[in-house]
Amino acid sequence: MKKKSENSLDYKSPSDIPFYIGLILIGGIYIFFIVGLLLADTTYTTVQDFKNIFASREIRFAIRLSLFSCSLTALLSIWVAVPIGYLMSRFNFPGKSFLDAVLDIPIVLPPLVIGLSLLIFFQTSFGKMIESIFPITYALPSVILAQFMVACAFAVRVMRSTFEQIDQRQEQVALTLGASRSQSFWLVALPAARHGVLAAGTIAWARALGEFGPILLFSGATRMKTEVLPTTVYLEMSTGNIEAAVAVSLMMVTAAILVLVLVRSFGGGRLYL
Amino acid sequence: MISVKNLKIQQGNFVLENVSFELPAQQYGVLMGRSGCGKTTVLEAICGLRPIREGSVKLANRDVTRLKASNRNIGYVPQDIALFQTMKVKDQIGFALIIRKWSKTEIKKRIHELAELLGIEYLLERKPQGLSGGEAQRVALGRALAASPHILCLDEPMGAIDDDTREDMFKLLERIREQTKVTTLHITHSSLEAERLADKIFIFQNGKIRCEESKT
Repeated sequence: MKKKSENSLDYKSPSDIPFYIGLILIGGIYIFFIVGLLLADTTYTTVQDFKNIFASREIRFAIRLSLFSCSLTALLSIWVAVPIGYLMSRFNFPGKSFLDAVLDIPIVLPPLVIGLSLLIFFQTSFGKMIESIFPITYALPSVILAQFMVACAFAVRVMRSTFEQIDQRQEQVALTLGASRSQSFWLVALPAARHGVLAAGTIAWARALGEFGPILLFSGATRMKTEVLPTTVYLEMSTGNIEAAVAVSLMMVTAAILVLVLVRSFGGGRLYL
Repeated sequence: MISVKNLKIQQGNFVLENVSFELPAQQYGVLMGRSGCGKTTVLEAICGLRPIREGSVKLANRDVTRLKASNRNIGYVPQDIALFQTMKVKDQIGFALIIRKWSKTEIKKRIHELAELLGIEYLLERKPQGLSGGEAQRVALGRALAASPHILCLDEPMGAIDDDTREDMFKLLERIREQTKVTTLHITHSSLEAERLADKIFIFQNGKIRCEESKT
C-alpha cells in the first residue's frame, strides 16, 4: 500500500472544501495567467520568424554576447558570492547588519538606478582614472559589470543560505583533526556546498540574461557592440519588427525555464528560489 | 592526562566558573550531569572550540589553553557525530592523516588497521548517507583515532544508538581503550555507561565538578 506523506492533508472533511476551493481558485488564476502569457507569445510567432532571427548577423552577435557575458558574470558572481556567503553565515562581527543591508541594495534598487549610478561613478575622478587604463563605459566590460552588479547580489543570498544550512560542527571536527580554517573550508564546507554553488551560478546567469535597464544606460544599445538579447527585443520593438522581438523573447523564456529546471535539480528551490 | 583548572567560560548569558578536574593519562573519565549544566561546553573548551576566559587546560602535560583546536592533538566525536557529508568512510578516517601529509601507503595501512579494530571494513567505500546510528558512530571513532591523539573526547557517544547496538558499543569502547591506551573523556547522562566504562566519574553539580572513583 502506498504510504501517505507526513505533510499530506486530509481532503475528505466536507467543512474544509470551501477553503481548498479558495486556494485552488486563487492559485489557479495566477498559474493560468503565466501559462496564458507564454501561449499567447507562441501564437504570435512562426518557425520562419526563428529562422529570420538566426539569419540576422546582429541578432547572432547579440546571442553570442549574451551567452559570453552571462557566463562570465556567473563565474565572477560565484567567485565573489562564495567568500561573502561563508563570511556572513559563519562569523559575527561589528557592522554585520549594515553589511547585510548593503549587500541587498542591488536587489531592492530599480535596475535603471544601478545603470545611472554606474555611469556617474565612472564620471568621478577615480572612475575616470580606471577608464583611462581600461575603457569600460559603452564597451563590452560595461555589459558584464552592469550584469554583475545585480546578479552577484542574488548569488550572495544563495551562498549565504547554503552555508547556513550546512552544519558548522563538521568544520569544527575538521579543526580538531588538525585542519586549518582554510583547509576546513576547502575540504569540508565547500564540497558540502557544491549544489549551492551550482544554484548560485545558475541564478546569476539567469539574472544576467534578463538584465536590460542598467545595460541600456551604462552600455548603450549599439548593434554589434553592446547589444545583448533584451536589447534586441527593445531595438526590434522600436523598429516595429514585433515578430522578431517575440521570437527572441521566446528564446529567452526557454533559457529561463531550463535554468529553473537546473536550479531545482541542484536544490536551489530549497535554498532561495 | 587532562587537567582543567579554574576554568571560566562565557557564552552569552551562560557562565561557567571555577571548573576544575583532573584525569590521569590512559584513564577513562566519564563526565555526568543534568541537561544544560554545561558538560558539552567544558568538552568543547578542552577541544579548543570555545574561548576560555580564565583558568587553564593542560593536555598530556602541555598547556593548551591558548592553542588552536588544530594544535591540540585530540580526537573529538560530537553528539551529532557530524560526519563529512561528501566523503567516503575511508576518506573520513584518512582525513587527519592527509592533513598531516602522511604517505598514501601509510594512510591506506592505518585506515585498514582502524577499520578492522572498529569492524567497519565493509563500509569503507560508502558515503555517510544511509549509515545506521551505530555505524556512523564507529566511523566517527575511526576518524577521531586516526592520528593517534593524546586525548579522545566523546560527547554522548551512545545517544543515537538502540539498546541492541549499545552492548556492541560498550565492547568496542573497551577494546579501543585496551588497544590504544588513549586518555578518554566521555560525556553521558547514563550512570550505566559510567559504571561500565569509567576509571573516574566526574559529576557536574551546581557549576562544580565532584570526582568519584569508579566502583568497578
